[in-house]
Amino acid sequence: MTDKRILLAYLALLVALLAAPLVLYPVLVMKILCFALFACAFNLLLGYTGLLSFGHAAFLGSAAYVTGHVLKAWAWPTELGLLAGTLAAAALGWVFGVLAIRRSGIYFAMVTLALAQMVYFIFIQAPFTGGEDGLQGVPRGYLFGVIDLADDRNLYYVVLTICVGAFWLIQRTIHSPFGQILKAIRENEARVVSLGYDVAKYKLLAFVLSAGLAGLAGATKTLVFKFATLTDAHWHASGEVVLMTLLGGMGTIFGPVVGASVIVTLQNELADKVGSLVTVIMGGIFVLCVLAFRRGIVGEAAALYRRMVGR
Amino acid sequence: MEIFGVPLPALMGQLMLGLVSGSFYAMLSLGLAVIFGMLNIINFAHGALYMAGAFLAWMGLTYWGISYWWSLLLVPLAVGLIGVVIERTMLQWLYKLDHLYGLLLTFGLALVIEGLFRYQYGVSGLPYAIPDELSGALNLGFMFLPKYRAWIIGVSLTVCLATWFIIEKTQLGAYLRAATENPQLTQAFGINVPLMVMLTYGFGVGLAGFAGVLAAPAFQVSPLMGSNLIIVVFAVVVIGGMGSILGSILTGLGLGVIEGLTKVFYAEASSTVVFIIMAIVLLLRPAGLFGKEK
Amino acid sequence: MKTKRIALAVAAALGFGSGMAQAQISDNVVRIGVLTDMSGAYSDLSGAGAVTAAKMAVEDFQAKEKPGFAIEIVSADHQNKGDISSNKAREWFDRDKVDVVTELVTTSTALAVMKVAKEKNKIALISGAASTRITNEDCNDVTVHWTYDTYSVANGTAKAVVKQGGKSWFFLTADYAFGHSLEKDASDVVVANGGKVLGSVRHPFPGTDFSSFLLKAQASGAQVIGLANAGTDTTNSIKQAAEFGITPKQSLAGLLMFITDIHSLGLKTTQTMYLTEGFYWDLNDETRAWSKRFFAHAKKMPTMVQAGEYSAIMHYLKGVKATGSDDTQKVMAWMKKTPVNDFFAKNAAIRQDGRLVHDMYLMQVKKPEESKYPWDYYHVRQTIPAAEAFQPLSASKCPLVKK
Repeated sequence: MTDKRILLAYLALLVALLAAPLVLYPVLVMKILCFALFACAFNLLLGYTGLLSFGHAAFLGSAAYVTGHVLKAWAWPTELGLLAGTLAAAALGWVFGVLAIRRSGIYFAMVTLALAQMVYFIFIQAPFTGGEDGLQGVPRGYLFGVIDLADDRNLYYVVLTICVGAFWLIQRTIHSPFGQILKAIRENEARVVSLGYDVAKYKLLAFVLSAGLAGLAGATKTLVFKFATLTDAHWHASGEVVLMTLLGGMGTIFGPVVGASVIVTLQNELADKVGSLVTVIMGGIFVLCVLAFRRGIVGEAAALYRRMVGR
Repeated sequence: MEIFGVPLPALMGQLMLGLVSGSFYAMLSLGLAVIFGMLNIINFAHGALYMAGAFLAWMGLTYWGISYWWSLLLVPLAVGLIGVVIERTMLQWLYKLDHLYGLLLTFGLALVIEGLFRYQYGVSGLPYAIPDELSGALNLGFMFLPKYRAWIIGVSLTVCLATWFIIEKTQLGAYLRAATENPQLTQAFGINVPLMVMLTYGFGVGLAGFAGVLAAPAFQVSPLMGSNLIIVVFAVVVIGGMGSILGSILTGLGLGVIEGLTKVFYAEASSTVVFIIMAIVLLLRPAGLFGKEK
Repeated sequence: MKTKRIALAVAAALGFGSGMAQAQISDNVVRIGVLTDMSGAYSDLSGAGAVTAAKMAVEDFQAKEKPGFAIEIVSADHQNKGDISSNKAREWFDRDKVDVVTELVTTSTALAVMKVAKEKNKIALISGAASTRITNEDCNDVTVHWTYDTYSVANGTAKAVVKQGGKSWFFLTADYAFGHSLEKDASDVVVANGGKVLGSVRHPFPGTDFSSFLLKAQASGAQVIGLANAGTDTTNSIKQAAEFGITPKQSLAGLLMFITDIHSLGLKTTQTMYLTEGFYWDLNDETRAWSKRFFAHAKKMPTMVQAGEYSAIMHYLKGVKATGSDDTQKVMAWMKKTPVNDFFAKNAAIRQDGRLVHDMYLMQVKKPEESKYPWDYYHVRQTIPAAEAFQPLSASKCPLVKK
């Protein structure tokens, strides 16, 4: 595709998103946007650096709690609340990163999963999270003191702005020299080391960035639903984001967005019809993706397109 | 007599209970290590198959009147068979790919298995009675240790050591180790490596099924019992490293005991202590206590 | 989540022109949402049984009062999760025109939904949830907490046990907000009545293995081990206490237990335990008559949560009929002004903080040889009068209470 056509595609998508709340239930679209951002942040790590984190729920959850807490208990302005959540997740990401990048491959996945479980246990016990009850009744407040976010429409455009901005940032990162080195690490770590790069430092930076963006998703989600609960920090959420990325196509720019839209919509539609069988269906999609469909929706579509154009 | 202000009997009591949970950690991490050695896959479905083992025992007793003792024999075989089917139909297509795909596939399987039992039986847990022969308690002087808990420690130690013996000291074990070290060469010597891989996976998950049957009378049979446990076992595996069979047994038991001691001195940290130890080990000895740096 | 829609007696809608009142009921249908745990740890004490109770309330109301409006029930499984329940409630209010959401077992779901109800100006009638937060710091004017709370159940049981001579206590507490508040409520009562608390241990929630915590409780030497947990955590701790020979040397006090827990554990394990409930099927002729009808549908006797669900819906429907409106403020005003009088509660009133105050009952579990027929489980040891059963209004932290 030429650059011009890509630009047109982006524009069309943006127009569709701007018009979405006129036709769709805004809360659902905002949920999709939050998870799309979460998956994009995760993909930065898995798709572009080759690190499989099984603990990203910890970042989503901790940012959700921190934002909720500062908005509710300390009555911080909304924009500062979002920032606090994002920074908290990035800081936690640094701690995780320092420990986890000492191992690679499968061990990396297990370490992140175990650390996230520890965070989950801490959240159950910590007084400020409200434990099983969750942190309820978080006020949405006013953006910059003027825009009333209690209105779903207003909030929708704020959430859309945040997500588009974050997406743009991810996009820039991938195409920056930094992003090129990350890709090089994914392809051949030993060679990058031999070229004189401090691989550990790059991995850590990627991890912190990814955690921070996942945190932004969690913080935004708290605004949308007005609560933060243990569900966000549970390992199921870590698994879900892996599934979204895998289904959409890891290492593709749009894959996670597509994957998140499909999974969130599916969960929303199925929840009423099949009850707890939803987990079985999610697991089934997982198995199917790994066995037959490893490039994901966007990856397969791109391959098909190339075959048709390239003859 | 007191140690750090804790009466000795109470301390000994918690140590025994630590050994009970350590037994489960040991059996499960042993299974993971055996599978990992041969297949280079971390079996995320291990917890779900452990849970399935407990449920099969419960279903056997409830629907068909199969006693605990028969379950102890039949359930591991059944779970092993499920493992063989999984290996033949799915896992074997992934060996040439990045090992992460094995983790992802088994994660998906874990969701499916857990979801099915959850759909059928809810999450509140089902009771499984302790067999008559093992009910009652032993008076150890410092505590009443229920006979069933003593049985768990004894049986699991026996099974773990038998596994170690087979792998390290027998001809079959020698083939296994050879196939782990260099599959092509072993195949060239006329040993059927794919068959061994299949049986290894079956054996590893069979161990998980066996642990499930052991767990059923001590705890409730619940669809969530596996996922709660497996993440701790992952931390155990990271701490021990998966280099040696004996290492994973010792790490499992040791961490159970440490967890028991934490419950005496600072109970609030008992669910996180294993993870904290994992973090420390990662900082000091990234390959794990018994691991080889690759 | 299964959403079932049962259009009950659409024929009732035929009474269209029977008065000006109907004009005020939006599209002439009153929709009741039953949001409950259909599959999890609390499905036995609420779940499908609560939906049955709701249906019975609607059928009885239609048969007796012949209302000029139709009534629909929708139900869904909230899986004990705050986020799922608040999304469902939002959807019900926004899209499906539900007027009132009921049941809401577990505190997290109740707190989440009552906030949505307030925002959308709809009614929440809570039967299953336990926390006193619902009528204290989190209270609002569209919520009624119907059946019981941690204060009322802990209060009765702890007081009775201390009076029986159980002076020294040790708590086994589920380590989350609900467990903590239950422990606090109970230890206050123990101390106020001259007992003392030797200590407590907190177990992870949900737990499967309580053995090490029970050993700590044993080592404390306390006469009474108070179980500040619920559901399967409670039943498991009771079972394991027997396994480790802790009972009957030390006695257990279940601070939040339901008849379904006694049913699943059996009398042999639970005999002589004290517990406090807001309802017992075998109290009097009226409760027996209703419970036997319930039994015919559900194949088990009702819990207090299920009985309270019926009572709450019945009172609400009467309010809609009396005011001729489904307007939230009008119906709530009527409900608070009119005393509740049915088989569940006698002369009970809804306070400013949203608490329905009614008599509670202190029970002692029968010995196996004392139980004469199925579900014959309790001696009613004491009726705790409404005025004493609940936290006094003067101690409430609810901003709606004018002091």
